[in-house]
Amino acid sequence: MTETRLKTPPEPSAPTQEPLEQPLRADRPTFTIRPAPRWPHLDVRELWHYREVLATIVWRDIVVRYKQTFLGIAWAVLVPALTAIVYILVFGKFAKFPAGDTAYPSLVIAGVIPMQYFSSAVTGSSLSLVTNLPLVTKVYFPRVLLPFAAVLAPIIDLLVALPVLLVLMAVYGTWPQGVQVIFAPLFIALALFTALGIGFLLSAANVRYRDVRYMIPVFLQILPLLSGVMYDVSQLPEKWQWILSLNPMTGVIAGWRWAILGASEPNWLQTLVGVGTCAVLFVIGLTVFRISEPRFADTI
Amino acid sequence: MAVAIEAQELSKRYRIGQMQAAYGTLRDSLSRTAAGLLGRVEERETKELWALRDVSFNVREGEAIGVIGRNGAGKSTLLKVLTRITTPTSGRAVIRGRVGSLLEVGTGFNPELTGRENIFLNGSILGMKRREIQRKLDQIVEFSGVERFLDTPVKRYSSGMGVRLAFSVAAHLEPDILLVDEVLAVGDAEFQQRCLGRMEDFSGTGRTVVFVSHNMQAINQLCDRVIWLDGGEVQEDGDPSEVVTHYLHSASGSGSRITWPDDESAPGDDLVRLQSVRAVDEDGETIDTIDVRRPVGVELRYRVLRDGPPTFAKIKVHDRQGDLAFNALDTNAQWQESQSAGVYMSTAWIPPNFLNEGTTSIDVAVCTLRAPKLHQRAAKYDAVSFYVFDPGDGDSARGRFIGGHLRGVVRPLLDWTTERVE
Repeated sequence: MTETRLKTPPEPSAPTQEPLEQPLRADRPTFTIRPAPRWPHLDVRELWHYREVLATIVWRDIVVRYKQTFLGIAWAVLVPALTAIVYILVFGKFAKFPAGDTAYPSLVIAGVIPMQYFSSAVTGSSLSLVTNLPLVTKVYFPRVLLPFAAVLAPIIDLLVALPVLLVLMAVYGTWPQGVQVIFAPLFIALALFTALGIGFLLSAANVRYRDVRYMIPVFLQILPLLSGVMYDVSQLPEKWQWILSLNPMTGVIAGWRWAILGASEPNWLQTLVGVGTCAVLFVIGLTVFRISEPRFADTI
Repeated sequence: MAVAIEAQELSKRYRIGQMQAAYGTLRDSLSRTAAGLLGRVEERETKELWALRDVSFNVREGEAIGVIGRNGAGKSTLLKVLTRITTPTSGRAVIRGRVGSLLEVGTGFNPELTGRENIFLNGSILGMKRREIQRKLDQIVEFSGVERFLDTPVKRYSSGMGVRLAFSVAAHLEPDILLVDEVLAVGDAEFQQRCLGRMEDFSGTGRTVVFVSHNMQAINQLCDRVIWLDGGEVQEDGDPSEVVTHYLHSASGSGSRITWPDDESAPGDDLVRLQSVRAVDEDGETIDTIDVRRPVGVELRYRVLRDGPPTFAKIKVHDRQGDLAFNALDTNAQWQESQSAGVYMSTAWIPPNFLNEGTTSIDVAVCTLRAPKLHQRAAKYDAVSFYVFDPGDGDSARGRFIGGHLRGVVRPLLDWTTERVE
């Protein structure tokens, strides 16, 4: 799919009030429509061709997100802040969860922010095909763009929520210890790809089975407990640390605390296990998505 | 000329269940699987529907092709396959050129966004580049006529305004190949006409158009060739007015002539029997279609079996919706005298520029008068039908209005006088 500028002059056309501007291209892309292949591959060049559509969908999702709300984008701060307050009161004050060597409130908020992003990303991408139903049935573009756009849009919320973290860091005097702060985006990337893998899988499933919509909230309520949002995983017995490390979000949160709060270094081997899970989820998700893609418009 | 679209034996199969129950729940699926495992499969829903079956055709570059057919004939499925929204079950199609499609007006419009934002959103989704939209923004806005509401959320628009804005974006698409589904059905007539004009300009510049519509007027006007789909198969592919005529006749049931081989099978009584009925032009040729600017004759041939009271023919004309346009009876009959046995032929001439466009169907009867009542001796309901079309040359009652339908059972060409009075 290339766009080549005109090489020969256009055929003369009758003058109209609003002339068709764009000249006919001399060089035409050729495409062959065939029955769906059994094992589809991901056409990266095609994705590149449609990059503007991706940008448009992300832009739309961001703009629409807080339309007709009174507090608007402030919700991006309020949601993690209120969640964190509940966690701090319930788990910090009453249940006295282990915080390790970090101040408990900043420990929690540093966990809540990536978890909030992950929740939005998983929910958004899993429902992306169904919420964009008119697009799926009426216009062509690689469907992969829909779940992908849905994990990109909530990054804005994450960025907006960062000041809350900065305030707490100032209050408790926990600052990044040095260059490890550059790893923070990498851990968010790990969360992004995990969410995307799950999003591929569940959005494809949701086309057929609307049960997905009800499963996701349950899953997302349990997940913070299994990811160490309100406690420090390294305080657990080693056996449990390894089991929880299968969950990529455990690695994301531990790593994020290390990068931003100067908490103790994560167990890299455990992080690697999480990365492995993410990779497996991503490959399975994408494969399932691509295999079911040709039938989306028929079954949705 | 190079080929823009080359479709080879395209077929698309749907499972009936897939279409009816648009989506199942996991439980349905599980219980079905469980039933299958237990060997308790009662009626497996293996009903299949071929929405397309071995559809082959070529479209040359610069051609405008119309696709017609009844609902469910496979028109929309064909467009969905050609636009890659869905894949064919078998067969293939080679597409040469950048494809733009318009299967719906305002695809992806978001009610929360403003008109301006939606122009960008919709344009991008339909395949325009951001720069391109930016460049054409003024044109698009002007075409739509919603300048004043450009920064108002679309949810506050009237539905007409939304459609106009959406159509304006679509009208500024400039792909090599444009695939358009029944979208002219929306919007007011004046706007439809502008859109049709826009599409004509488009195909005039050597671009290829595939146009699905139920509006035969628009098809006649815009297309160089028409493909008629029926039951997922190509029924006919050729000259627009010919294919359209055949299609309309298949739909209306009656043809442009009907004959009865003998008196026994013909409608009638002991006095009169019909022999044939035809729709004819001035040259006496049987016609399926007639230019609205030419007269049409309805010719009845009937046998009077014995000397007796005078008989006369009568016709009853219905418009395309089956509404009664008018009744007319033969005013030449010699009321006072008796009529001798023999074969008679009466032709009723419907003047030019009188019937409305579309399929006209005609009931005929041969009557006697038993004052003050008419007595129908031989009658045939929906005896003949023909299609009235307006080529849109500007000298009919349409004038230069070529877009939508001018409603009414008849459409006479009136004498207009217009002068400037102030």
